[in-house]
Amino acid sequence: MSAVADVIRTRVDAGTGALVGYLPVGFPTFDESVDAAVAIAQSGVDIIELGLPYSDPVMDGPVIQAATQQALARGFRLSHGFEAVRRITDQVSAPVLLMTYWNPVLSYGVERFADDLVDAGGAGLITPDLIRDEAEEWLAASERTGLDRVFLAAPSSSDARLVRAVEVSRGFVYAVSTMGITGARSDVDSAARGLVARLRDAGAQSACVGLGISTAQQVREVLDYADGAIVGSALVSALSSGGVDAVASVAAELATGAARRG
Amino acid sequence: MALRDETGPYFGEFGGRYVPESLVEALDELSEAWELAKLDPAFHAELDALLKDYVGRPSVITEVQRFARHAGGARIILKREDLNHTGSHKINNVLGQALLTKRIGKTRVIAETGAGQHGVATATAAALFGLDCVIYMGEVDTERQALNVARMRLLGAEVIPVTTGSRTLKDAINEAMRDWVTNVGDTNYIFGTVAGPHPFPAMVRDLQKVIGEEAREQVLALTGRLPDAVAACVGGGSNAMGIFHAFLDDTSVGLYGFEAAGDGVDTPRHAATISKGRPGVLHGARSFLLQDEDGQTVESHSISAGLDYPGVGPEHSWLSSIGRATYRGVTDAAAMDALRLLSRTEGIIPAIESSHALAGALELGRELGQDAVILVNLSGRGDKDMETAGRYFDLIDAGAEQS
Repeated sequence: MSAVADVIRTRVDAGTGALVGYLPVGFPTFDESVDAAVAIAQSGVDIIELGLPYSDPVMDGPVIQAATQQALARGFRLSHGFEAVRRITDQVSAPVLLMTYWNPVLSYGVERFADDLVDAGGAGLITPDLIRDEAEEWLAASERTGLDRVFLAAPSSSDARLVRAVEVSRGFVYAVSTMGITGARSDVDSAARGLVARLRDAGAQSACVGLGISTAQQVREVLDYADGAIVGSALVSALSSGGVDAVASVAAELATGAARRG
Repeated sequence: MALRDETGPYFGEFGGRYVPESLVEALDELSEAWELAKLDPAFHAELDALLKDYVGRPSVITEVQRFARHAGGARIILKREDLNHTGSHKINNVLGQALLTKRIGKTRVIAETGAGQHGVATATAAALFGLDCVIYMGEVDTERQALNVARMRLLGAEVIPVTTGSRTLKDAINEAMRDWVTNVGDTNYIFGTVAGPHPFPAMVRDLQKVIGEEAREQVLALTGRLPDAVAACVGGGSNAMGIFHAFLDDTSVGLYGFEAAGDGVDTPRHAATISKGRPGVLHGARSFLLQDEDGQTVESHSISAGLDYPGVGPEHSWLSSIGRATYRGVTDAAAMDALRLLSRTEGIIPAIESSHALAGALELGRELGQDAVILVNLSGRGDKDMETAGRYFDLIDAGAEQS
């Protein structure tokens, strides 16, 4: 039922796990952001996490903030987000999840947003500042449309909260590797391994780890215990400094960490 | 239920917690600690002693007759939060949250600040309690409130200018949130206003409601009756909630919040969130918000750094939606005129923030007439604003004339 869950299952069954790649819409330009997303999918990224630029991104570190701020300054509109999903899914089969802070969805209208995302071919939403407690409207809209809904789980979350996050998530649960915001880190916290184990105890079928992952080696380590590894800032940095070719080659390199082991 | 009994997380359809999951545990911990502290006589004894001996509470009320002559003859009474230690109402809240920080065993505090008043108050409390302290302040505000930056640094706080977004208060809050998500193990976020995720709106209000409780008794003692109107400026809205709260269930008392209208509410340059915004989510709560049609936060504008905020506390949005309080805009020009008028007529130099309430009171007085009694929260003093006022009135150049 969930294309995202299917992709992850296929990769896990093959002995590794999924590589999830984040890029924001509209950076460095709209066309290049679409080309970059297509390129990383063609270079081994299994699932695309497409970020909608937002004025107050409290979960994002400096690299992604700079990129999304630039996209906003260049006139990013929510309609560009749907258009980007449409153009990407026309070209590649990788499912596309939108990552968005909640106010743009609320402002657009939750039901209308869900309908337009379905029309564009999107798979669902990752909602960094929407917790289960405030999500009634989104649960109803995603139930009606069948969209995936990815909620976050943190090392600090209580067992009871993890159970609730697992219950309502569809596609996967986003396990926050460390207490912090997005950005490359030399060590992906050991907290991630413990969190994924607790999510399994809470009944999670599929847990992907994000925040701080920037190398193929880290992807490999994470996929040792999780179902997917999410990479963001490393891709955005590559796109920023070297354009579409550079982000494609970083994606290909990261994908070696998700390759089947011999 | 009495309006005064609302404790959050929701105020009608407003409030809640729209935050990253990583913060929920810390917010739960804070909520629980606050609920326990509220019931603990030892906590109140310690806080009350600090408010009395350190802050100088109760703050007095001052009737300003010469000023009131410009207000249609209504009686105008000022609640003198400007006389508190550190120069504004912000210290009331900060001391409570600093005591709470000690109770939950954290050693580092962070805070956002716009005008610098909350930053100064937090740095002061951190010095008093021996806590490490980091203050996030928009780069634009560090420039227009340089004196408060120096003050915070002198008190031992680290001041970090925030260079993202509009480089003002909202971005300082974003950056403080990012710090908190990262360092939540040892760090408490001392939030400065009645906005943000639960428990902040209710907790900050509870720590500020002393303003209205004192003033209600003081006005009764002075005039023999309740005021007809209570006026306060509203940015995030902590001084306004503080003075409104005691009067919420006094139906004869009109409650008026004055938002910063900048160049005018019908221009793009203002910070009149309730007057001109619509409901949305910012900084962890659902409330009125200045936003574009895509839900992107719109940058606010005000001559007053402390009111230059595109959001507002959820309890204000609720009070507005149920018609219990009225919110109006006051332009930069009207606020500055009121600042000069109070200085000239009463020898009291108010903060530019508070001057919005004074300008509003002049307008209310003309509407309510001779017999009206208007209580105004003079939330802060104007020392920090001398550079802005000096430029505005051209008082500083060597050849400047008396304004």
